[in-house]
Amino acid sequence: MPARDDDLIVAEGLYKRFKGTEALRGLDLSVPAGTVCGLLGPNGAGKTTTVRILATLTRPDAGRARVAGHDVVTHAARVRALIGLAGQHAAVDEKLSGRDNLRMFGRLYHLPGRLARQRADELLAQFSLGEAADRVVKGYSGGMRRKLDLAASLIVAPPVLFMDEPTTGLDPRSRSDIWTGITELADAGTTVLLTTQYMDEADRLAAQIAVVDAGQVIASGTPGELKSAIGGSLTVVVSDGGALGATAGLLARMTSARPATDPDRRRVTVAVRGDSVTLAGVAVELSRAGVQAEDITLRQPTLDDVFLRLTGRTTEDGTAARSGTRQAAA
Amino acid sequence: MTPAMLTPAMLAPAAPRTRSARIRWALADGLTVVWRDLRHLKYQPGELAGALIFPALMVLLFGYVFGSAITVPGGNYREYLMPGLFAMTAFTGVIATVVIVAGDAAKGVMDRFRSMPMARVAVPFGQTGADVVTGTVALAIMIGCGLAVGWRPHASAPDELAAFGLLVLLRYALSWTGVFIGLTVRNEETADQLVPLIFPVTMISNTFVPTTNMPAWLRTISDWNPVSALVAALRHLLGSAQAPGAAGAWPLAHPVLASLLWAALLLALFVPLSVRRYATARR
Repeated sequence: MPARDDDLIVAEGLYKRFKGTEALRGLDLSVPAGTVCGLLGPNGAGKTTTVRILATLTRPDAGRARVAGHDVVTHAARVRALIGLAGQHAAVDEKLSGRDNLRMFGRLYHLPGRLARQRADELLAQFSLGEAADRVVKGYSGGMRRKLDLAASLIVAPPVLFMDEPTTGLDPRSRSDIWTGITELADAGTTVLLTTQYMDEADRLAAQIAVVDAGQVIASGTPGELKSAIGGSLTVVVSDGGALGATAGLLARMTSARPATDPDRRRVTVAVRGDSVTLAGVAVELSRAGVQAEDITLRQPTLDDVFLRLTGRTTEDGTAARSGTRQAAA
Repeated sequence: MTPAMLTPAMLAPAAPRTRSARIRWALADGLTVVWRDLRHLKYQPGELAGALIFPALMVLLFGYVFGSAITVPGGNYREYLMPGLFAMTAFTGVIATVVIVAGDAAKGVMDRFRSMPMARVAVPFGQTGADVVTGTVALAIMIGCGLAVGWRPHASAPDELAAFGLLVLLRYALSWTGVFIGLTVRNEETADQLVPLIFPVTMISNTFVPTTNMPAWLRTISDWNPVSALVAALRHLLGSAQAPGAAGAWPLAHPVLASLLWAALLLALFVPLSVRRYATARR
């Protein structure tokens, strides 16, 4: 995707080396105003370094980056006035209460004292942190810290928000809270760059996904484009092992792919592309053919699938692997 | 999270354009950081308790335990000791600064500060400003302990004020030294390991005993130790017992001037170094 003049976040050929390892090897990125871009990749791909460079915390060894038209190296101060940063290592003061944290950051944004206090109260209520507001952050759970961290980056409305793995390590409830927050920000027009290891997170939140591997963007597109390029899988478990053959034939016709049959588990699995089949469609076809299905699963591709497809290997640490359905991955 | 999670947030006030407005912003940021550092004490009362107990312990240990076997020219050891302990309080305070700054640098909160449109000098200036407040409180407690064990200043009010001012100035200059060390260490555990080093620095001096009977090489180190200059200056200004022969080395012959020069040197060195290190610290 070529960069356009009005893109809010533009990175060109970012290169960064840390003590012998190349964290970034010519990373290009472009995010149009008012959209959410997901930087998808495994640990060590260079996602955090990219965010740190864009947030003016790290200087690139080579390449250029602009945020809202300002160069992140030569006009760092202007960039800082326009960005919010929320990270995986919740950047709040552990030795203060949640309320004091928000008051402090409010005052550092030069809100008058009364307004800073009022804004802190609002954010605490909105992020359901009211009860813990006056407890010291050291005792907060991971999810509470992350929410406080996000609240701290929203004290004033930043036109550009960077989120480094906003939900890694969170329980499902906190995860969905954060997702709701990001969605609402995006709806309000904030340009968001988020990094994630989870395909479903990028899929849910991002209009554009850039897949990062070894310091470079190796693929980019809408979630739909990526998924249809990668494909997921459909699995049907039948009640009667005798129906396996009929089911396999039916699925082959529907997907024009070759299904794999597992008689021990009375299971048929087939690769699917994009939106070519729906759960409902499969259910209807199966019942029409008189097959009684115990379970029908349409599985989205994971980061592992994306990687297997794009690089021919799995993610090094298997972070994104979802067990059980791996045999259907490629 | 409530359904209407985000009220339309306000925009950040526009950044200042004139020089004087920028200075006002930086001052306001510095005050906020001072507020933050002092606020920490509310949630970590243990740290404050330590600061309260330490002076009392030192007076007990040196004034009565070791002091019972130490004779100094002029007779009264506690009279001799207290200015030494005042100076020691100023020097040991640097430990707290190193540990706080190293802890901040190791955690994400420093990153958030650095990604915000706040004045970059505000963090080190705020930290050292807060140190002056806590340092003054620690000093007041130590003076209280001194008065409790019978120490009295024998000087005019202006000289007493000058002694107090000199202590606060040195504490401030040392605080900048601590900020620089903390930013260099960037790790709480390493900072903790540096703590014991402060004891030889404060003790190889005229704090507890006159330097006259030390081996020649050690005496040279002691006499030129900034701690000795400050202690001698305090004894001079407060009219406490001064060891004979203390005037051997230049800093001890001109202790007030030497202390001022030490403060100037530390500030000239570590203010720019710390500000630069903070602004450019990268991981």
